[in-house]
Amino acid sequence: MDGSNMDGPSTDTGWTDVCAVDDIWPNTGVCALVEGCQVAVFRLVDDGQEQLFAIDNGDPFSDANVLSRGLVGNLGERLVVASPIYKQHFDLATGECVEDPGVSLRTWRVRVADGRVLIAA
Amino acid sequence: MSDPLRIVVVGNGMVGQKLLEELAERRPSGLDITVLCEEPRPAYDRVQLSSFFSGKTAEDLSLVPPGFFERDGLVLRLNAKAVAIDRSLKQVTTSTGETLPYDKLVLATGSYPFVPPVPGRERPDCFVYRTIEDLEAMTEAGGRSKVGVVVGGGLLGLEAAKALKDMGLETHVVEFAPRLMAVQVDDGGGRVLRQKIEALGVTVHTQKNTVEIVDGEARRHAMRFADDSVLETDMIVFSAGIRPRDELARASELGVGPRGGIVIDNHCRTLDDDIYAIGECALWDGKIYGLVAPGYEMARVCAAHIAAAVPQEDADEPPQFTGADMSTKLKLMGVDVASLGDAHAATPGARVCVYTDERKQVYKKLVVSEDGKYVLGGVLIGDAEAYGTLLQMMLNRMELPPEPEFLILPSGDGAARPALGVDALPDAAQICSCNNVSKATICAAVRDGAHSIGKLKTATKAGTSCGGCVPLTTQLMKAEMKRCGLSVNNHLCEHFPYSRQELYHLIRVGRIETFDELITRHGRGRGCDICKPAAASIFASCWNEFVLKKDKAALQDSNDYFLANIQKDGTYSIVPRIAGGEITPEKLIVLGEVAKKHRLYTKITGGQRIDLFGAQVHQLPLIWKELVDAGFESGHAYGKALRTVKSCVGSTWCRYGMLDSVSMALAIENRYKGLRAPHKIKSAVSGCTRECAEAQSKDFGVIATEKGWNLYVCGNGGMKPRHAELLAGDLDDETLIRYIDRFLMFYIRTADRLQRTSVWRDNLEGGLDYLKDVVVHDKLGIGAELEAEMAQVVGSYACEWKKAIESPEVLRRFRSFVNSDAPDSNVVFVDERNQIRPATPEEKARFKGVPVIAESA
Repeated sequence: MDGSNMDGPSTDTGWTDVCAVDDIWPNTGVCALVEGCQVAVFRLVDDGQEQLFAIDNGDPFSDANVLSRGLVGNLGERLVVASPIYKQHFDLATGECVEDPGVSLRTWRVRVADGRVLIAA
Repeated sequence: MSDPLRIVVVGNGMVGQKLLEELAERRPSGLDITVLCEEPRPAYDRVQLSSFFSGKTAEDLSLVPPGFFERDGLVLRLNAKAVAIDRSLKQVTTSTGETLPYDKLVLATGSYPFVPPVPGRERPDCFVYRTIEDLEAMTEAGGRSKVGVVVGGGLLGLEAAKALKDMGLETHVVEFAPRLMAVQVDDGGGRVLRQKIEALGVTVHTQKNTVEIVDGEARRHAMRFADDSVLETDMIVFSAGIRPRDELARASELGVGPRGGIVIDNHCRTLDDDIYAIGECALWDGKIYGLVAPGYEMARVCAAHIAAAVPQEDADEPPQFTGADMSTKLKLMGVDVASLGDAHAATPGARVCVYTDERKQVYKKLVVSEDGKYVLGGVLIGDAEAYGTLLQMMLNRMELPPEPEFLILPSGDGAARPALGVDALPDAAQICSCNNVSKATICAAVRDGAHSIGKLKTATKAGTSCGGCVPLTTQLMKAEMKRCGLSVNNHLCEHFPYSRQELYHLIRVGRIETFDELITRHGRGRGCDICKPAAASIFASCWNEFVLKKDKAALQDSNDYFLANIQKDGTYSIVPRIAGGEITPEKLIVLGEVAKKHRLYTKITGGQRIDLFGAQVHQLPLIWKELVDAGFESGHAYGKALRTVKSCVGSTWCRYGMLDSVSMALAIENRYKGLRAPHKIKSAVSGCTRECAEAQSKDFGVIATEKGWNLYVCGNGGMKPRHAELLAGDLDDETLIRYIDRFLMFYIRTADRLQRTSVWRDNLEGGLDYLKDVVVHDKLGIGAELEAEMAQVVGSYACEWKKAIESPEVLRRFRSFVNSDAPDSNVVFVDERNQIRPATPEEKARFKGVPVIAESA
């Protein structure tokens, strides 16, 4: 199936239900298809606090769809994912590349409802 | 442009080669150089000649970088000896009858070993110790001898004695003087040195004057001495000093000293302005320098003077040779020996301080000036730690502390030894005398980013020849980094204020098994792509749990997370284990069929395995199910882990094989498979010294000999090739495995993150000797501990792919999309040589939305 024909609940138009929260292992990411786009969705857990982030899955430096497979963590105050190809870091909140601030990725809105992860442009 | 300057260089020894390097650097064009070398091979490291016996080859010892003689304007003639110089016609005649005209001639003819005129010295199995050919002949004779004698108890004589001892011979040293190393060491030092050498099983005979060598009764020769005593032996090595090779200069009336040596001025010129002499054949100010550093200095001076004849814009006044310091520090048969400056206190008014401990066999002597302010010289036997400090104090005429005796006294409780403040050294202080590297050069390299001793060696060449200056260079590096405000730390990253080695220790001692616990107890923040995989690797090295356990999965980088190697287009490659490169036809067919079915690009790797490319995440479990069913295991090509153990066919099939290299490779690969380490580990086993498995380019390599296995360590191919070094020889199977266990675990404990064994070794203080002490002699007493740690990892091995495909929870993660079964449409392959390859961006744009090769079901 593809994101535009998803089933499952959506509380609002424009929101796509992609998976259950538990489908994403803590501190890892998955890739979801949303309106034909590849979106990397990350679940960060720290001290029991849960946060979800969604940015483009495409790595602009390698032109490969891989960011959901990167390692997450923090650099100073910023929460980031590292590209598995050439290791640049991307800010999960803003999509900005830490090493090359001229390069920025699209961010997606993400929220949780009834244990499901919802994504919107 | 004017005609090139024609230069003839006679001799291609260490100093002759240094001259060529200096000329090439100063004047890359405009010179036409011909080099005459009477030996069959170009320059090699004569200082390290003895290492030929510990497994170094002639190639290892070579000082000529690959391609050096292929440049324009440089011709090397091997086996060509200069026999005459015609100064009026300015030409040299060679042994082959050729004449070579020159504008400038450089004599770098070196020296020859002096053999005392004893009747019988021409008998068979009597040798000198100078060239690789000499050593090859000694090796041959050693194989059929029981007793060996070295005539001469100097530096080279003791090295020769070690060689004989290592060949398993009953070894004697016969010295004319009353003590060993008479030139460098005084009576007290000679006594301690003798005790130490004799403790190693070498018999020392001093004050013995050999009068004749005749047939022996029990052995091949009998040496008769002036005191009528007799010593029987099978072979004799003469090492009774050197004499300058000045016969060409004599014949052409260039001026030689009363006891030989070609007289030169401060520019290394002979009395003929167009003829120079450098190195051991040259006599400067009545002195012949038998060490390499002064020879190198002469080569630099001579090259600068010749280069000045081909003017360029950088027309600095050429430097002059103004004498050289003869201080030396070396390890003779494992004994530290150092001699500095005026070792015999010959300076008028010199004061001497001596410390002797006969129990520990340490002798130290400090010679200071009459006013007690400056170091003039010294002797250190058994403990030469103070050498670097004393040498710099002497060379730079630094004022001594009020109680200089503390410089050589052992540092007891509360009495800290006054260390040389490196800040006190002048910028011009020469730190590495072999390669003429000053303090200023080292500090500049540190400021340019050389922040490890390995990088500093590459950047400056300091410490790359004899290695004696490495401790001082390290001290300088740390001081300079501190001065630049660079924290001298090797903290893993912002989350952990520890080096990888410290983190390893914390994890093991604290029995920490999860990243959460580790970061809570010892770190801060959430971690990153540096510390997470490093921690995961240490957990695996220590506890060896399944890498995809839920609490470990988030620590693995993509390769370990998907148990495959990510490629540039985001697809993965698969490398099943083919231990030792041995595979049955049935399994080979399975690989072919799996590759064909899933349309994977197939290539044979350098490690005797087969790599299957182009799998997407969701295909990996399908492919691996088929491979596991056929009996394949993970090859760990994705992990910082043991990769392959390459092998040749060995004694089973090969006419030359000494031992069964395939069985040993299989045993090693199966023992260490899955072992996680700071970086990947490669190995190989060769069945004989022909070395078809290339074991000496591996992290650890094993070569079969007549007497067992030789273990080589810390080699590397790749970006910076490094020949592996012999750690231990003639081992039985069990000892071999024990040493490998210890070596690998010691590396895993102490290396930095992503540091291969070769770089680890280059940065290891104490070098190969230290590694031998730890692994072979168990000086740290951790041998049993390291073996037990390895036993735990070996005992808990399980194939990661077998576990993965058996776990539905893990399998769910192998999906390209969490909400769709579609493949990634951005992965596009095109056909090339009947296989797939990733489409280029242009090709992708052209085929957008129309994959050339459709996804297989």
